[in-house]
Amino acid sequence: MEDRVMMAHGSGGKLSHELVSRCFVGKLNNAWLARMDDSAVLETPGRLAFTTDSYVVTPLFFPGGDIGKLAVCGTVNDLSMSGAIPLYLSLAFIIEEGLVVSELEKIVDSIQRAAQEAGVSVVTGDTKVVQRGKADGLFINTAGIGHIPEGVNISGSNANAGDAVIISGTIGEHGMTIMAQREGLRFSGGLASDCVPLNSLVSEMLKACSDIHCMRDPTRGGVATTLNEIATQSHVGITIEDAAVPVRPPVRSMCELLGLDPLYIANEGKLLAFVPADRANALLNTMRRHKYGKDAAIVGWVTDERPGRVILRTRLGTSRILAMLSGDILPRIC
Amino acid sequence: MQPVSDFRNSELALKLVERIHRRSRRPARLMEFCGSHTAAILKYGLRQLLPTGVEMLSGPGCPVCVTDQSDVDRAIALARVPGVIMCTFGDMLKVPGTYSSLQQARAEGCDVRMVYSTLDAMQVARENPEKSVAFLGIGFETTAPTIAASIVQAQAQQMGNFSVFSLAKLCPPVMKALLDGGEIKIDGIICPGHVSTIIGSKPYEFIPREYGVACVVAGFEPVDILMAVDQLLAQIESSHPRVEIAYRRTVSPEGNMRAQELLAEVFEPQSARWRGVGEVAASGYKIKDIYKEFDAERLFQINPGPAKEPAGCRCGDVLRGVIKPTSCPLFGCVCTPERPAGPCMVSGEGACASYYLFGEADGR
Amino acid sequence: MCIAVPALIVSLNGTEAEVDIEGVRRKTSVYLTPEANVGDYVLMHAGFAIKVIDLQEARETIGLLRQINAAG
Repeated sequence: MEDRVMMAHGSGGKLSHELVSRCFVGKLNNAWLARMDDSAVLETPGRLAFTTDSYVVTPLFFPGGDIGKLAVCGTVNDLSMSGAIPLYLSLAFIIEEGLVVSELEKIVDSIQRAAQEAGVSVVTGDTKVVQRGKADGLFINTAGIGHIPEGVNISGSNANAGDAVIISGTIGEHGMTIMAQREGLRFSGGLASDCVPLNSLVSEMLKACSDIHCMRDPTRGGVATTLNEIATQSHVGITIEDAAVPVRPPVRSMCELLGLDPLYIANEGKLLAFVPADRANALLNTMRRHKYGKDAAIVGWVTDERPGRVILRTRLGTSRILAMLSGDILPRIC
Repeated sequence: MQPVSDFRNSELALKLVERIHRRSRRPARLMEFCGSHTAAILKYGLRQLLPTGVEMLSGPGCPVCVTDQSDVDRAIALARVPGVIMCTFGDMLKVPGTYSSLQQARAEGCDVRMVYSTLDAMQVARENPEKSVAFLGIGFETTAPTIAASIVQAQAQQMGNFSVFSLAKLCPPVMKALLDGGEIKIDGIICPGHVSTIIGSKPYEFIPREYGVACVVAGFEPVDILMAVDQLLAQIESSHPRVEIAYRRTVSPEGNMRAQELLAEVFEPQSARWRGVGEVAASGYKIKDIYKEFDAERLFQINPGPAKEPAGCRCGDVLRGVIKPTSCPLFGCVCTPERPAGPCMVSGEGACASYYLFGEADGR
Repeated sequence: MCIAVPALIVSLNGTEAEVDIEGVRRKTSVYLTPEANVGDYVLMHAGFAIKVIDLQEARETIGLLRQINAAG
């Protein structure tokens, strides 16, 4: 087979079939894909959670993961945040002409490993090839289906005054890792994406506490943006203690160097949970026993003051508003 | 990291706050000249800790904010020249010019790249020999030596496709212009910490001598800033204004002599336009004739047409400390970080952006 | 207005240094601070070391502050 993806690989003919067989079906190996039908026929009990996402990250490979792992984890995590058990994924690839096939294979291997860890199946997919220059190497779109068990009712509008706000671990890892790779910045070492599937952690959390009000993964825009979203959706105020937010020193330093705030940096393997105060410590202990929740911490509280606002209490005891992210995060030197 | 962490110690900071309260008798108006100080003060909510008699005003020490509209337009026009790759610090990408911005120019197909260092811009030039790299040189005396270093190294390496559009500026002349303007009475100035790392503390000596204004050079951690406030109040209360250094771990009275030599080698001071302040003598770094082949202004014809600041924008008044950002009619409604009307809202350190993003939790 | 952070020089080759900022590494020029050595903390701005940090001064300042606090 050719060592680079060509336009012909997207035309639906023999070359397309070769690409799909070798790179996708062969690696992702399950009953649905093996049938090579136009759509996957699924059995699902009860309430469904359904999500979609697109992944356009550059570079395609970075410390801690790649676009493939990100696609699986991102989708699995979106489903998990509603309390759903992730079941099935679709994967659509838009490949830039010229992408090295062995890189594509590595990405699909990574997808397979992530899917296996998460216990999900990639049941349907699509590939298109676009001309050189039109796709940054590779774009991936996903959709995910999960099953929400009886009695689970988790939503961004359910946060209540008095709830504890818990973060599952250290923040800012993914976004700063990607930023460090950017051509103009040339930083290396010390940083890795935190991209992981969180459904097994969520499963433990739901077993330990049936009364989780809200969960969300703070991806683009970081913890600050997610907290603002929930404050607005639930019409509550939220206060966060700066000293309680876990940030690793390399992330903190990189942020300082570039004039950025870790609270606004994307995370791909963390979640925020809102839970009644009297259940918080027990939930925290459960999370800390899981490999993806070792650094979990209570970072703040939900209040009924100033609904829609997020306040940050500094280490000096002063307070300031933690606004939503506006626009792009741009590093600065001034 | 040891040099920094103690200066963040909350206990030390709060003890300094107590000292400041004990010391403060008369009202004092202090200006933090530098945008990084404005941002730090707001980030830690330091205003909330100070006695009510101590007022803090933000000054024009934000290189992005003080870039004149016409200069922004010229930078964008330079990016549009065919065959030019413009390399810039991230700070300048979103600043709105009269008609456009560098970010918009990039979206329209111009080659505009963000870099962290002038050396990275030189690397882009090496990797693209058929193009011309123009580095957008904004900054104060902290950054100007890095720009000078790139020009000297470019000459030594006989690079034919690297140039700098110098918008770099000097601080002491604009401090003098502000004090001469007399619009607001200042009792003390928190002098810029990193500029002083380069120029030392001696250039500020005219301030207490000719204007009776207290000066303390400060670092950027909470303990640093509070130490400076304490020292300023001590000077004011004793009516003994002078220049003191509170940021001793990196600032000496002489500064960085090697950096100063390099500045003198490459640049000569010329008059420069500062947004909100106007023309200030000897406040801009112009590239000397001997390095003219690295001067983008001389190499390229840049004619962007007349500049026009947005109607109602009061960046100028904010920069001079005459009004607080919240008094600008555009603040928060027409002018937000997503859609900035002027540079004070774009720059991460612009007073307006700082006020908008950090805002006092009890004051809004 | 000028973001600069402390960085530890871990290797030096002419005017090119490699610095470590709490585990993150970058090449940095010591063109402006030729007196810098491996093991020094420098203030890093825009890819250059602009000053060697005087740790002794830092310790003395903190020591003085602690003394004043203790005296009340």
